Amino acid sequence: MSLAFELLLCLMILGTAAAALLMRDALGAIVFFIVFGNLLGLAWLAIGAANVALAEIALGAGVTGILLILARARLKVLQDDLDAPATATWLRLIAAAICAGLAGLLAAATLSIEPADKLGDRVATRLPDLGIENPITGVLLALRAYDTLLETFVLLGALVAVWSLAPGGTRSQAPAALAIRDTAARTVAGVFGRLLLPLALVMAAYLVWAGSDLPGGAFQGGTVFAGGLLLAALGGAVAPPRIDDARMRTAIVAGPAVFLAVGFGGIALGRFLAYPDGFEKALIVAIEYFMALSIGVTLALLVAGRPVTPALPDRED
Amino acid sequence: METLAAGHLFALTGAATVGLGLYGFIVLRHPLRQLLAVNVAGAGVFLMFGGLGRGAGSTDPVPQALVVTGIVITVALTAFGAAMILRLAEQRRAGGGEKDRVS
Repeated sequence: MSLAFELLLCLMILGTAAAALLMRDALGAIVFFIVFGNLLGLAWLAIGAANVALAEIALGAGVTGILLILARARLKVLQDDLDAPATATWLRLIAAAICAGLAGLLAAATLSIEPADKLGDRVATRLPDLGIENPITGVLLALRAYDTLLETFVLLGALVAVWSLAPGGTRSQAPAALAIRDTAARTVAGVFGRLLLPLALVMAAYLVWAGSDLPGGAFQGGTVFAGGLLLAALGGAVAPPRIDDARMRTAIVAGPAVFLAVGFGGIALGRFLAYPDGFEKALIVAIEYFMALSIGVTLALLVAGRPVTPALPDRED
Repeated sequence: METLAAGHLFALTGAATVGLGLYGFIVLRHPLRQLLAVNVAGAGVFLMFGGLGRGAGSTDPVPQALVVTGIVITVALTAFGAAMILRLAEQRRAGGGEKDRVS
């Protein structure tokens, strides 16, 4: 892509970031943050990182955007209108000076490093052994599988942490329903959600499968699945289950559990997370499907939030 | 110098985004807005990291994979942060802000 386009894109990224931070209206700020995330996705495409672009747009812009909008709506019910006294001018000036200085230092450090694809060749030489062609999937599921395994546990831990913030007496209840309260809007969202959820499932399955050789993978597929679940929940087609629901708990634990089991199986071959010869791709794809299921359900539940006492209104529409 | 700067373009944008995000974190007073600012700064870190892996014809897959991991972790922590902010607002409302005041 041409330099002019990239320059313009970078200016727009900085502009939307500034708007997301400085705008007075909180909802406007969140909307600008979503635009910022989508523009970042374009930047990742320009860099040649389609895998990251998918993740950034689906997670950074999409899921985080819903999360922030929902948190704002729930805060409004609690009479927290997100207004806070403005910071004193002198503090702003000092903060601006410090942050400009930090950005300058970071820029200087950046310029001292020559941008280069330093590890691509070494990763590429290992890929034929694994039977997959997408180097990102190779790094995530084989070369640095440890990181990815721990990451799935971080996701699970975050969900448990969110649940642990539930008020006393609601620990085994369900999170508040996400359904839109306005009947007409809910009907439209419900029809759309019912149509979209199966499509999202197919799309998620395809992204995981294609992720072995093309951009895609468990995280991207899982996020698409979460998106389908959330849209269906907004239309009232599905509702968040009680947090002691056994099927739901199986779904969120399946990914990390299968990954860990394969990892321990590798010990029999001499090393934790070693894949047996000839079965690399089969095991990687199997782990990825279970991970996508767990990631999808976990993300949707992270957005739904803490369990609440039933029948209490928790937000305005 | 011209080509050097062009190769660094996205990484430099990332550096500027980190600065902006940090400024927002200091200046903004509401915790939800601060959470958004942390997300902006984090996105800047990712852009610096990934942008520096941009070679002539290909992009380094290792930073890419780590950034994908990082994005997922960021979402998980944002969800946790939002849940804590909600709990805080609930307690402030119930307790009249006497013992839960955090400023």
